[in-house]
Amino acid sequence: MLTAFAEHLRTIWPDVDWREHDDVIHADIGARYLRAMTKYFRAQQWRIGTIVARENGRGLDVRYCFYATLHPGWVELRVELDPGERTLPSLTNVAIAADWFEREIEDLFSIRFTEHPRLGDFVLHNDRLPENLGLMRPQVQSAADIPEQTREWRPKRVLEEEGAFVMTVGPVYSGEAESALFLLETVGEDVVRAVPRLFFKYRAIEKIAEGRTVQDVLLLAERCNGTSAIGNGLAYCQAVERATGITVPARALSLRTFFAELERLRHHMTSVREICASTALQVAESQALWIEEQLLRVSGELTGHRYLFGVLAIGGLMTDYDRGALETAVADVELLVRRVEPLRKALENASSFLDRIEQVGIVSGEAARAFEIVGPFARASGVCADMRAVQPYDAYPSVRFDVPAETEGDGYARLRVLFSEMIQSLHIMRQVVAGLPAGAVVGNTPAGAGSALGWSEAPRGASVQWVECDAQGIVLRYRLTPPSFRNWHGFHVATEDFAFQDFPIILATLDLSVAENDR
Amino acid sequence: MKNWFLRGLTAGIRTEPLTEGAVSAALSPGLPKTTEHTGTQRAEMLAAACPNEAIRAVEAVAEVDEDRCVLCMRCKGRDGQTWRRDVAWAHPNADSQGPLEPRFRRSLHVRIIDAGDCGSCLNELAQMNGPAYNLHRLGIFITPTPRQADVLLVVGPATRQMQDALVSAYEAMPEPKRVVAVGVCAASGGIFGPSLMSAAGVAAIIPVDLVVPGCPPPPHAIIDALRLVCGQTARPVPR
Repeated sequence: MLTAFAEHLRTIWPDVDWREHDDVIHADIGARYLRAMTKYFRAQQWRIGTIVARENGRGLDVRYCFYATLHPGWVELRVELDPGERTLPSLTNVAIAADWFEREIEDLFSIRFTEHPRLGDFVLHNDRLPENLGLMRPQVQSAADIPEQTREWRPKRVLEEEGAFVMTVGPVYSGEAESALFLLETVGEDVVRAVPRLFFKYRAIEKIAEGRTVQDVLLLAERCNGTSAIGNGLAYCQAVERATGITVPARALSLRTFFAELERLRHHMTSVREICASTALQVAESQALWIEEQLLRVSGELTGHRYLFGVLAIGGLMTDYDRGALETAVADVELLVRRVEPLRKALENASSFLDRIEQVGIVSGEAARAFEIVGPFARASGVCADMRAVQPYDAYPSVRFDVPAETEGDGYARLRVLFSEMIQSLHIMRQVVAGLPAGAVVGNTPAGAGSALGWSEAPRGASVQWVECDAQGIVLRYRLTPPSFRNWHGFHVATEDFAFQDFPIILATLDLSVAENDR
Repeated sequence: MKNWFLRGLTAGIRTEPLTEGAVSAALSPGLPKTTEHTGTQRAEMLAAACPNEAIRAVEAVAEVDEDRCVLCMRCKGRDGQTWRRDVAWAHPNADSQGPLEPRFRRSLHVRIIDAGDCGSCLNELAQMNGPAYNLHRLGIFITPTPRQADVLLVVGPATRQMQDALVSAYEAMPEPKRVVAVGVCAASGGIFGPSLMSAAGVAAIIPVDLVVPGCPPPPHAIIDALRLVCGQTARPVPR
C-alpha cells in the first residue's frame, strides 16, 4: 500500500527524492512545495502527526510528519532552512491543524510563519519573560539566560458590545483542577466564546530532555502526564527503538499492550468520574471514585506502582510478570467492569444528569476533522481514528477489538464512547493474557545513532513523538506531541455560545489534560 | 433521585482505617530506604543507576534522599536495596513553623495549588477526598479559595509561569497558615527542576512547612501530612 503511494508521489513530484524506510516515506523538499503537498495529503485523508523543528548546528530544519488514516504509513517531509533564514510559509490556510504547531515553534524557535493569522505569546506568555526568547535555541542553556522584565499585558482582541465583559477563570480555580486560564467572553448569562490560555505548567520537557540519556528521558515521557504514563511512554520507547534498531521481544510487546489497556480502562474511569463530579452527582462520583481506586490497586498490586511508572524500559519492559498474577489482575478488572455496568445504566436513566450533558459542547465531525482532533473526543464526533487500528504497533495487529464511535459529538456521546472503550480494553487484556508468548521481556540494546518517529494511542488519543540520539545514547532532540495538545486546539469549537453553568461540564466531557498539553 | 439515595446508602462504608504503618503495594508504591550493603561496590552501583541523584554511596551505605526519589523503580529489588512500606513519609522542612494551634484540629481548610503537576499527585488528592479515604470524616475540607484556607497544598515543581499565581495565593491566605509541598516535584523539583522553567521545588518560591516526598505520594501519606499539620497526630522529628 505504502509503496504504491510512494510511486504515486513520484509521478506527481518527480523532482523530489522519495525514499521508503520501513513504514515511513522520507523526502527532503524545498519550502515552496509545502503548501501543495499538505493540501494533497489532507485530500488523501492524511493528517498531521507532528511538526519537528530542530537546530542542527548549521541552521534549522523542520520536519512535517503526516500519517494515513486509511492504511498504515507515514510521510516525513524535511525542509532545511538556509543558515540565518528563519522564515517558513504558514500551513494554516491549507490545514488549520498546523496552527498551534506553528505558534509553538514560532515562540520556542523564533521562526516566522508568513501569513499565519495570529502569532505571538503562546507558550511563554508570562509578562516577565522577554519576547522572542527562542527557548529551544542552543543559546538558551540555563535559567540565567532568561532575563526577567516587567511588561503590561493586554488582550489582543476585545469583544465590544453593550453589557459584554470578559470573565477570567483561573489559573487557580476550583478544587483539584489543573492550572489553566480561561477568558470567557460573555453577555450576561451566555458565554459567546471561551479562549483558553495554557502553558502555565510549561516545564520545558523537550528542552531539558536534550543531553540526558535515552533511559532518563523515558522518565520525562512517563511524567509528562502522570495519568497516561504508558500511553506517552510507549510512543517514546518505540521512537528510540526504531532510531537505534532495537528489536523488542514478542512477550514484551504483548505485555505492553496489556498495560496500555489497563491504563486506558483506569483513565476512562477517571474521566467518567470527572463528568459525574461536574454535574454535582455525588453518589455517582463516589461510586466512580471507588471503582477507579480499585483499578489503581490492581495496578499497584501487579507492578508496584499505582500509576504504572517504571513498567516500561527501552527495548521491552523493566521486569517480567508471571501468568498467575496477570490472570488475577484480569479477573479483578473483569469484576470491576461488571460494576461499571449498573453505574452506566443508572446514569443513562437519570434525566437530571442527561439534561446537563446532552446537547452541550457539540463538536461536529467536520470540525473534528478540520482541527484533527484525536482519541475518544474525535470518535464521539464520528471520526473513527485510532492509532491501534490504523497504524498498529505492539500486539495490536494480533488482537481483535472494535473502535466504538458515536456521531452526535456532544457531551453524552463522549461519555458513551468512554464506557464502550472500557469494555473493549478488558476484551483486549483477556486476549493478550490468553495468548501470551514465552520468552524474555528485554531485547538487545545496541547503541546506535539515529532518529525516528514513534506513535501510540494514549488514553486521550494519538501520541506522536520524534527522537534523535547519538551513538552514546544521549538524546539530541526530543519532540513530544501528546493528544491533549491536539485536542485543546479544538476546545473553542465546543465552547461557543453556551450557558455559563455548563462550562465545567463541557470541560469535563472533553477530557483534556493541561499537564499533557503544557509539557 | 430516590434511587441515587438508596444506591449511596446500600453501598455501605468502604473507608480504609487510618494508618501510618505498613501497607500493601496496592495502596502505596513505598520508597527506597537507606541500606547498608555488603560492599562499597554495590552501594556505588546503586548510586550510579539512580537517575535523579536520590541515592548517594557513603562507603557501603546507599544513602537515600527521599525528597529526590522519583520512584523510577530501577533500584527496587536490586542488589538488596531495602524498601520502606509504611506511609509516614511527611517530614518538616528546615524552617517549619510546626503544627497549627489546637483549634484547627477538627476543622482544617485546604486549598490545592497545581504548580506544574503531571496529574498523578492531583489524582491521588481526588482519591483522598473519595469514599476509600474519606477526608471529610477527619474535619479536613478542600476549599476553592485561598482566602478561606488554612493550608496551601502545593503539587508540581513551581513552574516559572505559575510562580506569580502561587505567591498571590499564598499572600491571599489569612494567618495563621501552613504550606505543605506534596510530591517529589514540590519537594525538590523532582525530575523537572531546577531547570529553565521549573524551580527547585516550592520552597524556592514560598516558605514550606511540611514536605511529602513520593512520585506520587499515596493518599495515606498525604492524609498523614494533613493530620500532622492540624495536630491530630504528632511524631518526633525524624531528622
